[in-house]
Amino acid sequence: MTSPLRILAQLLLYVPFMALIGTFATTPRFEVIAPDQALVRISLIHAAERKQKCRERTPEELARLPPNMRAALDCPRERAPLAVELEIDGAVVFSRSVPPAGLKRDGAASLYHRLPLAAGRHRVVARLRDRADGPFNYVREETLELAPGGMLLIDFAAAKGGFDFRGS
Amino acid sequence: MAAANAIDRAFVAAERWLDAPFGARANPLRTLGTLAFFLFWVLAATGIYLFVYFDTSVEGAYASIDALTRKQWWLGGVLRSVHRYAADAFVAATLLHLVREWSAGRFRRFRAFSWISGVPLLWLMYASGIVGYWLVWDARAQLSALATAQWFDATGLTAEPMARNFIGAESVGDRLFSLFVFLHIGLPLALLAGMWIHVQRIGQPKTVAPRGLVAGTLGMLLIAALAHPAVSQPPWDPLQLPATIELDWFILFMHPLMDATSPAFLWLLAGGATLLLVALPALSPGPKPLAAVVDPANCNGCARCTVDCPYQAVLLIPSPNVRTGRQVEIMAERCAACGLCAGACPSSTPFRGTDALAAGIDLPDADVQQQRLKLGAALARIERGGAARILVFACAEAARAAPLEDARTAVLEMRCIGMLPPSFIEYALRAGADGALLVACREGECRFRLGAELTAQRLAGERQPILRGSVPRERLRMAALAAGEEGDLLAARDALREALQAIGPAPLARPKRETAGRAHADA
Repeated sequence: MTSPLRILAQLLLYVPFMALIGTFATTPRFEVIAPDQALVRISLIHAAERKQKCRERTPEELARLPPNMRAALDCPRERAPLAVELEIDGAVVFSRSVPPAGLKRDGAASLYHRLPLAAGRHRVVARLRDRADGPFNYVREETLELAPGGMLLIDFAAAKGGFDFRGS
Repeated sequence: MAAANAIDRAFVAAERWLDAPFGARANPLRTLGTLAFFLFWVLAATGIYLFVYFDTSVEGAYASIDALTRKQWWLGGVLRSVHRYAADAFVAATLLHLVREWSAGRFRRFRAFSWISGVPLLWLMYASGIVGYWLVWDARAQLSALATAQWFDATGLTAEPMARNFIGAESVGDRLFSLFVFLHIGLPLALLAGMWIHVQRIGQPKTVAPRGLVAGTLGMLLIAALAHPAVSQPPWDPLQLPATIELDWFILFMHPLMDATSPAFLWLLAGGATLLLVALPALSPGPKPLAAVVDPANCNGCARCTVDCPYQAVLLIPSPNVRTGRQVEIMAERCAACGLCAGACPSSTPFRGTDALAAGIDLPDADVQQQRLKLGAALARIERGGAARILVFACAEAARAAPLEDARTAVLEMRCIGMLPPSFIEYALRAGADGALLVACREGECRFRLGAELTAQRLAGERQPILRGSVPRERLRMAALAAGEEGDLLAARDALREALQAIGPAPLARPKRETAGRAHADA
C-alpha cells in the first residue's frame, strides 16, 4: 500500500475510535434527578448528651482510687445515640438512630442522607432527640415550596436553636 | 479460559488486520501500553498549560476554566478538550491493555510482577481523572465530589461525613481547591512512579511511542477537540441541581453505578475486582518454565544476556574470579526459559573445539551441546548433491516449519528464534547447507517479546553477537510468519531454494567440528 493510501486508511480507522471517545465523554446524559423532582438532604453532626448522668462518688470509692484520680464526680463517657426523624406531608419518610462516633461511643454522631421528593408544596417536619430517653427535644416544622431540581438542606446546630432549613 | 482464548483470537485477528495500514510498530492495538505512556505525557503537557490559567479559588475556578474555553478557544479551549479526550483515551487504552494481557496469558509467572504492579495503577488512574473533574467546579464536579464523599463515608472510617464538605457554600473554601490541585498533581505523579515500577521487570520496555502512533494519536485528539469541544456544565450551586448532566462515562461511570445500587455494592465490586486481579497469577499459575542456568566457568561477565533478557531475569553480580570482575546470575522466578540469553552468549558457539560444549548461560533442556547435536543430525538428514540444501531454524511459536522437511530441507525447531546464536548459521553453511531460512514470529507477536527483533539486529550486525561479515547474506532469509501462514512459509523456502540454485554451492570452508557433530548425531 502506498504511503498516502496508508495515511488515509489510518485516518479512517482512527475516526471510529475518536467517535467512541467523543461520544462516551459526554453522552448519554446522566439523569441526576427526575425533571419533576426535588432533593431533600439532611446532614448534621452533633454530640448528644451523655447516656448516664454524672454521680458523686462515695468516700469509699474515692479512697480506692489512686490519689491523682480522685475526682468527685463519676461521669461515664458514652453518649446517647441521636434519634432523627423526618416527616413529610404527615408521613414519616426517614427515621434513624445515629450512634456516636468513637471506640468509647463518646464522640459526635453524624448523618448524611438524601431523599428525592416530588417538587411542589410540602409540609416538612424534622425531629431530633439527643438524650437517652424522652420525647424529641428539637422539632422544626415548615411548609415549603420545592422547585423542580431544587434542593432543601436540613442542617442542625444546637447553639443556633436546632434545625436549619436552607434552600427550596 | 475459553473466554480468554476467544478474546485472544479476536485481538490477534484485529491486530493483524490493522497491521496493513499502520504497520506492526505503530499499530495501536499492538502498542496499547506504549500508547498509554504517550497519552500520559499529552495529559501532563496540556495539564501544565491549563494550570497556568487556573484560579484556585471557589469564585475563580469555574470562571477561569470557562474563560479559557471561550475567550481563548483556539488554544486554551483546544488544549482543555485534548486534555479531556487524552484522559478518556488513556482509560480506554489502559483497560484494553489489561484485557489484552489477560487474554494472552501474560500475567503468569515471569509476568506476574508487571501484572500485579499494574493493579494499583487502575486506582490511581481513576482517582486522577475524578479529581480532575472536580477542578472545574461545575454541576458535574458537584455530583462527583458528593458521590465520592458518600462512597468513602460508607466505610464508616470517616470521623464525620465527608459529604458535609460539599453540601453548602459555607463549607467550600479556597483551601479545598489547593487540596484538589495538590491531588490532581500528586496522584498523576504517583501514577507515573507506578508506571515506572510497572515496567521494571521488562527488558527494553517500549515506553516511547513511534512517530506514526504519535502523529495519529495527536491528530485524533485534535480533531475530536475541534469537532466536539469540552465545555463546563452549569456552575456549582449547593441549592440547585440540573436534571441531567453530561457525564464522562470513561472516568465517572461509578457514580451512576453507585446511584443505581449502593455504596456497599460499589466497594464490593471495586474491592473484589482488585483482589481478583492481584490473585490471578496465583490462581492460574500455568506451567513452571525450566529456568536458564549459568556456568561460571564459561561466563566472562560480558553482560550481553543481561541486556537482552526480555524479563530482567539475568543480573550482574561481582565476581573476583573473572577478568571483568562480574558474572551473571539468574533470577529463576523471573525466567521465561526463552533462551534469548543463550542466543546472546559469546561462548554459545558450535565452533568451539571441545567435545562437550558448554555456554556461560544456557537452557538446561536445550543447551548448546544439544543444539549442535541436533544441527548435525539435521544436516545428516539432507542429501548431498542435486538441489540446494536448506536448513530451517524455526521458532516453535511461529508458522509450523515441520511440513517443510524433505530430502533437501531439514528443520531445527527451537523455543524462540532469539535463542539461536548467529554462529550456528555460519556453522550450518560451512557444514554443508547451501542456505538457511530463519522462521520467526510475525512482527509484534513474539511470545518472548524480543526474539525476532534481536535476531534481526544480530544478523544485520547491529547487535552482539553478530553474524560474521564473511557469511554470504544472499544465502540467508528470515521469514516472520505466524501459525496459519504455512503456505507463505513454503513459498519463502521455495524462493530461497530458487535463489540458491542460481548462486551455486556454498563457498565456505567446512568447520573442523562438523565431522564430530555428524559423528555425535549418527551415534
